[in-house]
Amino acid sequence: MTRVLMKGAEAVGEAAIKAGCRHFFGYPITPQNEIPEYMSRRLPQVGGTYVQGESEVASINMLFGCAGAGVRVMTSSSSPGISLMQEGISYIAGAELPVVVINMVRGGPGLGGIQPAQSDYFQATRGGGHGDYYTMVLAPSTVQEAVELVMDAFDLADKYRNPVLVLGDGIIGQMMEPVEFPEREPALVDKPWATTGCKGREPNIVKSLLLDPYELEEHNRKLQQKYERMKREDVRVETVDLDGAEVVLCAYGTTSRVCRTAMERLREKGVKVGLVRPITLFPFPEKTIQSLDPKKVKFILTVEMSLGQMVQDVKLYTEGRIPVHFFGRTGGVVPTPQEVVREVLKRLGKEVEK
Amino acid sequence: MSVPVEVIFKRPEALRDRPTHYCPGCPHGIAHRLVAEALDDLGLRERAVGVAPVGCSVLAYNYFNCDFQEAAHGRAPALATGIKRGRPDTIVFTYQGDGDLASIGMAEIIHAANRGEKITVVFINNAIYGMTGGQMAPTTLVGQKTTTSPYGRDPEQIGWPIRMAELLSTLVAPVYVTRQALYTPQLVRKARKALHTAFRLQAEGKGFTFVELLSSCPTGWGMTPVEALEWGKEKMMAYFPLGEFKKPEAEEGGKK
Ligand SMILES: Cc1ncc(C[n+]2csc(CCOP(=O)(O)OP(=O)(O)O)c2C)c(N)n1
Ligand code: SF4
Repeated sequence: MTRVLMKGAEAVGEAAIKAGCRHFFGYPITPQNEIPEYMSRRLPQVGGTYVQGESEVASINMLFGCAGAGVRVMTSSSSPGISLMQEGISYIAGAELPVVVINMVRGGPGLGGIQPAQSDYFQATRGGGHGDYYTMVLAPSTVQEAVELVMDAFDLADKYRNPVLVLGDGIIGQMMEPVEFPEREPALVDKPWATTGCKGREPNIVKSLLLDPYELEEHNRKLQQKYERMKREDVRVETVDLDGAEVVLCAYGTTSRVCRTAMERLREKGVKVGLVRPITLFPFPEKTIQSLDPKKVKFILTVEMSLGQMVQDVKLYTEGRIPVHFFGRTGGVVPTPQEVVREVLKRLGKEVEK
Repeated sequence: MSVPVEVIFKRPEALRDRPTHYCPGCPHGIAHRLVAEALDDLGLRERAVGVAPVGCSVLAYNYFNCDFQEAAHGRAPALATGIKRGRPDTIVFTYQGDGDLASIGMAEIIHAANRGEKITVVFINNAIYGMTGGQMAPTTLVGQKTTTSPYGRDPEQIGWPIRMAELLSTLVAPVYVTRQALYTPQLVRKARKALHTAFRLQAEGKGFTFVELLSSCPTGWGMTPVEALEWGKEKMMAYFPLGEFKKPEAEEGGKK
């Protein structure tokens, strides 16, 4: 295994190819254009197909068709494009198709801006489109982790027959970091349900339509069981220094890196600080939050590049046992470690230096 | 002495033995049969993947005896693109109504055609939204009354009916673009031939093929099935001329 210096976006593309993805459909949008550009260059070299869709609406529906035909497939976009994809994601979840969707989140609402943000957390973790469903959501904080999570995303999508979102931002996409690609064969699984032509079997039908309310209820309950299984088997979280922590920071992706730097400075000031970094945003690491000790932890500070979205989950799972505070910047502004330090000190009632 | 028995009419293998939900006298059933016959005749059933639309034919997958996917409203050509690119050996067709194809799915159909996707699009033009209860479609004729054009379609207000076959034939990539009708047995025979040509060209890997079929909707039009066929022949065929708008050079009388 060799380490190579790679831009996040290109590493994401290469990881998909390593995971056996040979089909990519997408529509350009900043700040993730390096992914489709990379795929349009690489896929023909490995016998794959890159198609630039006429829109995100079309692209996600191309994913539906391709995944329905039993083929590993991916798209990438950024916030406004992901909003357009919600129709297709809902149908894909309903039809139980495995697809991987990358969202390099930018500031919103509307056209918003092109700078990094985490303001699509609600959309990503609450299904996003219409209906009773969830997508799995993975949030890398380094280029190396982005590679591993994208490769895992294909396996998880197949395991659950469900869309898997990878939530990054412009920083993860633009950053150059050394990466190692895990040496592993793509874990391709049989897809006897796929529409490949019905030679030698009864026809397969891939659909999300269930007109009978009892059938649809049963289907939704079956989907629910998958989400429960995700919660049992595939929650991922990194915790840092939780033992004896009086303050716990909670952050994912880019803001978790900001928090790590802030933690060093806080330790220098004698603050016992820990970190909970959710890697899966859905399923959320509820047990980790629930296991924090109210006798030791004075408060949790959730840090986000939004005006407070994940903080709702943190509050939900602390069940009022521990005070939960929030600090965030929005619109594409990245919080600084200094700001986080000051927020913690202020909440502790300590002297805050100018 | 036994008399030799010959079967002269039977259900195509590509159709299931199942009653449909279509209204009495609705031509969707005829169109299904023609598609199924083309698949049978060309031996393509076991390679076929159909894409059902949102519209009266949303349940088409229950009637065809081949693999199927069910698309969101208007997105069938995008699904078909994904299927064909993922599995180039399959024979992929969409079956779409005029609301599905010419309104909400306009972008998907134009761009699938323009990319020259090697698929067959069967376009059922009945000038109305049948499934949702007879609202105006992009193909509703000028003056035609529907539940959302109660005074008749007014082109000043909402524009003119869209001629899809003509529109798509201006693109370079499509290899076969035709409009046929389902109003008389003679016309049905021609439509059958057109579908055969379209699927054959797809099987030969030639490119994008498009068969528009002028249809009727007795329920939405508020007519008996026979009146609806008459009205279609008179009014629909006057505004939507039949013909082959695009054909590969090698085909008889074809122009590129
Ligand atoms: C996104 C979305 N918008 C609207 C509808 C409602 N809808 C269902 S069928 C239909 C129109 C279908 O008309 P057409 O395509 O002409 O087919 P027909 O029923 O006449 O065969 C509409 C508007 C829907 N299902 N999805
Ligand atoms: S509403 Fe019209 S198009 Fe729909 S099944 Fe009835 S007759 Fe056919």
